[in-house]
Amino acid sequence: MINIFEVNETNNMVAHENLDVRTITIGISLLECIDSDLNRLNENIYRRITTVAKDLDRVAGEIEAEYGIPIVNRRIAVTPIALIGGAACKSPEDFATIADTMDRAAKAVGANLIGGYSALVSKGMTKADEMLIRSIPIALCRTERVCSSVNLASTKTGINMDAVRLMGEILLQVAENSKDRDSVDCMKLVVFCNAPDDNPFMAGAFHGVTEADAIINVGVSGPGVVKTALEKVRGESFEVLCETIKKTAFKVTRVGQLVAQEASKRLGIPFGIIDLSLAPTPAIGDSVADILCEIGLEYAGAPGTTAALAMLNDQVKKGGVMASSYVGGLSGAFIPVSEDQGMIDSVQAGAITLEKLEAMTCVCSVGLDMIAIPGDTKATTISGMIADEMALGMVNQKTTAARLIPVIGKGVGDTVEFGGLFGYAPIMSVNQFSCDNFINRTGRIPAPIHSFKN
Amino acid sequence: MENTLDKTIITVVGKDTVGIIAKVCTYLSENGINVLDISQTIVSGYFNMMMIVDMNQTKKAFVDCQKDLDVIGEQIGVSIKCQKAEIFEKMHRI
Repeated sequence: MINIFEVNETNNMVAHENLDVRTITIGISLLECIDSDLNRLNENIYRRITTVAKDLDRVAGEIEAEYGIPIVNRRIAVTPIALIGGAACKSPEDFATIADTMDRAAKAVGANLIGGYSALVSKGMTKADEMLIRSIPIALCRTERVCSSVNLASTKTGINMDAVRLMGEILLQVAENSKDRDSVDCMKLVVFCNAPDDNPFMAGAFHGVTEADAIINVGVSGPGVVKTALEKVRGESFEVLCETIKKTAFKVTRVGQLVAQEASKRLGIPFGIIDLSLAPTPAIGDSVADILCEIGLEYAGAPGTTAALAMLNDQVKKGGVMASSYVGGLSGAFIPVSEDQGMIDSVQAGAITLEKLEAMTCVCSVGLDMIAIPGDTKATTISGMIADEMALGMVNQKTTAARLIPVIGKGVGDTVEFGGLFGYAPIMSVNQFSCDNFINRTGRIPAPIHSFKN
Repeated sequence: MENTLDKTIITVVGKDTVGIIAKVCTYLSENGINVLDISQTIVSGYFNMMMIVDMNQTKKAFVDCQKDLDVIGEQIGVSIKCQKAEIFEKMHRI
């Protein structure tokens, strides 16, 4: 039987340690909406999204109230639009009308963000893929809630360097189009290697073609809970440290599992996966960097950071998989810069560089995330950074991503304010040496030898 | 009580004063909510109580009970939370 101490522990996690369910994301297949007439396609998409997700906000609110656990975001992920719009769209502008429809639908059902304005081009780009990619600067700058992602590489296919080169240019265009707002629209665009089909987190969520008609995926959070638990085992051995992280991750994930099952039952949509991620926010005490400090580093970025993060990430997974039979998505520690106060402090103290962040992405779930760079960074340099991140994912058979924000008109030493959960970021310095001749080669980088397992 | 999964947990936290349990229990009995278990401690002057209750017989909606208890909590200067027990079971039991 539950006792008063257990009840207090749970409620303290919510009240003082920022425990929450970060997102309930409904994945919706739009394959049935495909039509060669653009107007009909848009109507179909609007109707489909607003029908499947109509109760999302209400149900999330009910679960929040009944269990006393905050659910921060309600989100929607749809089938990559390059696949859906291919038959009807003859130009990037045509594609952008689908983004308008997604935005309208998200607002109608009270979803904070909608992902899936995406293309999967890890081996090659179809005409539709390329048109969608070229429409991203238009689409992101005139919609509020639409998020876009492009899968540029995978362990099985290698890296599509033509698409990597193109994305460097596209990112700068997105930055340029929103330069009056500190290039903030770049936050809604992420590129991947090995993108998961069932990721509930933005900006990279889309509903993969391997998925059913609709699915509920849930992302949990709780860096603050882990940090608080670790405060009680200062100076103890690694065994004790790992045990504590595992137990805490178990508890946090169970909350996600409960919320996912309830949401699935009440919405009549099957449960997909729990994403076991430590997702920070700029709130004090909700930081992954602070956990690394609690483990024993002066700042995230100090020597030992990669090892500490590798251990943290592994223990979170080990505790989490015990709590839910279906885990997926990104599942690991997120290390965004702007959304994590401890990371921001590290950058400001000069403790962490882009190169160290890149090393850290080898051992955790995402990649270079929410990193503001000078607005005058060359497109080829951005493509070079993306290519490096794709290579890490390809060779290590893991998901990696890049969400870079070249802030037009600002340079190293400046700070950009993204607002709300997105926080603020000091602009980080980028290696100035050229990679033009590398990026300007055409074609793709072949799949690595260890991908041939058949 | 082997299983609390379908039960509700009411927690009351705040400055100790006369009649906290009486007020809460009066409300519960008036609304057909059966108290199954009570545990209570005082930590450095702060009143801390947990009740396991069965709300299956009440005609009131869960959210309305939460709102009523909020009001009662405000009147006596304590915080009253009302949550489904499942969240605690799931978190603390394998």
